[in-house]
Amino acid sequence: MILYIVIIPLFVSLLTPLFGMFNRKYAYFISLLGAIITFLFVIFTYKKVVTHGKEYYWFGGFEPPFGIEYVVDGLNLILLLIISFIYLLVIIYSKKSSEKEIEDKRLSLFYCLLNLFFTGILGIVVTGDIFNLYVFVEIASLSSYTLIALGPKRQSLMASYNYLILGTIGATFVLIGIGYIFMATGSLNMADIKSRLVPIYHSKMVRTAFTFITLGLCLKLALFPLHIWLPNAYAYAPSSVGALLAATGTKVSAYALIRVLYSVFTIDFDTNVIPFNKVFVFISLIAILAGSFLALAQKNLKKMLAYSSIGQIGYITLGIAMSNEISLQGSVLHIFNHSLMKCALFFIAGGIFYKKGIENINDMKGIAKEMPFTMAFFVIAGLSLVGVPLTVGFLSKWYLLLGAISQKYFFVIPVILISSLLSFIYIWRVIETAYFKDSNSTKSSSEMPLGMIAPVAVVTILCIYFGIFTELPLLLTKEAIRILIGN
Amino acid sequence: MLDLILSKYNYWISILLMMIGLYGMIAKNNLIKKIIGMNIFQVSVFLFYISMGKVRDGTAPIHWDRALIYDNPIPHVLILTAIVVSISTTAVALALIIRIYKNFQSIEEDQILKVLAREENKTDS
Repeated sequence: MILYIVIIPLFVSLLTPLFGMFNRKYAYFISLLGAIITFLFVIFTYKKVVTHGKEYYWFGGFEPPFGIEYVVDGLNLILLLIISFIYLLVIIYSKKSSEKEIEDKRLSLFYCLLNLFFTGILGIVVTGDIFNLYVFVEIASLSSYTLIALGPKRQSLMASYNYLILGTIGATFVLIGIGYIFMATGSLNMADIKSRLVPIYHSKMVRTAFTFITLGLCLKLALFPLHIWLPNAYAYAPSSVGALLAATGTKVSAYALIRVLYSVFTIDFDTNVIPFNKVFVFISLIAILAGSFLALAQKNLKKMLAYSSIGQIGYITLGIAMSNEISLQGSVLHIFNHSLMKCALFFIAGGIFYKKGIENINDMKGIAKEMPFTMAFFVIAGLSLVGVPLTVGFLSKWYLLLGAISQKYFFVIPVILISSLLSFIYIWRVIETAYFKDSNSTKSSSEMPLGMIAPVAVVTILCIYFGIFTELPLLLTKEAIRILIGN
Repeated sequence: MLDLILSKYNYWISILLMMIGLYGMIAKNNLIKKIIGMNIFQVSVFLFYISMGKVRDGTAPIHWDRALIYDNPIPHVLILTAIVVSISTTAVALALIIRIYKNFQSIEEDQILKVLAREENKTDS
């Protein structure tokens, strides 16, 4: 059952260029079918995990630690749900958007890479084997390098190249770390490593492994000082690719970091054996502030959203670093919520580029008259990013604040407030230009085509829905935390 | 000190290669030289894995009466996967460099960045 979640996107990615040779439209329909089937399988898995608590698949029937294991528990369930959902939306959205931005002859290959990327990230989420994690990280990264290079402008090539260099350094660091872990324990299964590592926590080998893996994942995650690759990669990639990278790419690395910190190593190692978490809190706070400040200075809408992503990644790592139940719950919630919000915002930025061909915020004067629904969705998703009550953004920030208070880290509170204000300023800048400045030309309404606005509408409505009816995300994240902290 | 270096010389070599590779990736200006650095960097990790699995006087891990002491095959098998990954990364990078050369007529990073900065100023003003 879990195996199909990874296998179906893989097979679809192999089939798309084949069918794309006959007719380019087939590539889209096969991808759509694959995404729907994957989503259905995730729903089945969700029902099973909710009743049984855990689902696993052993490759070749070999019992772990000897065989490779795929496992779905409370923590990766929530990521599976959001990723497979965004997979579906991105495929729907990319029909119109990629027709405009990508040459016709490359279209079927574009869908091939898109499916391959989702194979990689779904694989990262379901795998229970740490070397398998590295392989899936590389699958996802390699396809994302190529996807970014398909962007309409020639800057996309250099953006992709820079990401390739830094991404490879990050992934190779993870590989070195896995090597040290293997030397220390002789095992590659995460659950097995966890029990084997406890008696040798004071070994230098284990600490080196920890350093390499966290550093490599932080590079993939674009935590503040290691974020250089991110803004250009997001801004110059095709619109649908920018959205899927922002919504799922870095989130999955954040998930991998949580897994390594709490499921391979334990909370005791992160806080007591080495003072990692204390340092990580400060790095995260710097990332939050720096991301928000840098976003203020951007003229390009997509780049502004990309820098805002860097700030939001800071929130996720802050929750990880504070390492109590409430803050971790806030962190997992923020992964979920930020996927929704950034997906909507990047979809909208792509839609404006699709209709008007403009990217700079200053050129968007009076655009709300021409695209009223689009900008209304932008306002909702933007307010969610700021963290206004009744939207999803509020929920995760609230949990992070509660976590900070229960940990007695009171200096976290002003930072979160300042960063919320800053994000309000940069979102407001777009809203002001779009609504309150007169446009040079008065045209009638020119909305995005239905295939593009429908995914935006769905994500934005979910932003509000989960902000008001919070039972489902809270239930899922509570289950996740129970697994991480251990009863 | 000398003893420390000689007894674990395989690790020292892989660290040395790792540093050379990392330096090449960061400091070189030519895009292809960066890729060469990347390859050295990755190969150093492969050597690290391979030497980790070696047991003194060990034979190949096969079903054989005289194979009483044998090497650990797992790191060797893992590195087969990692080699495939490394080759694919290099292939993608070289393909990218070809497209960069077609678009910018250069593979020197500073020249490309200069062109890009000029373009960005033009679009802003």
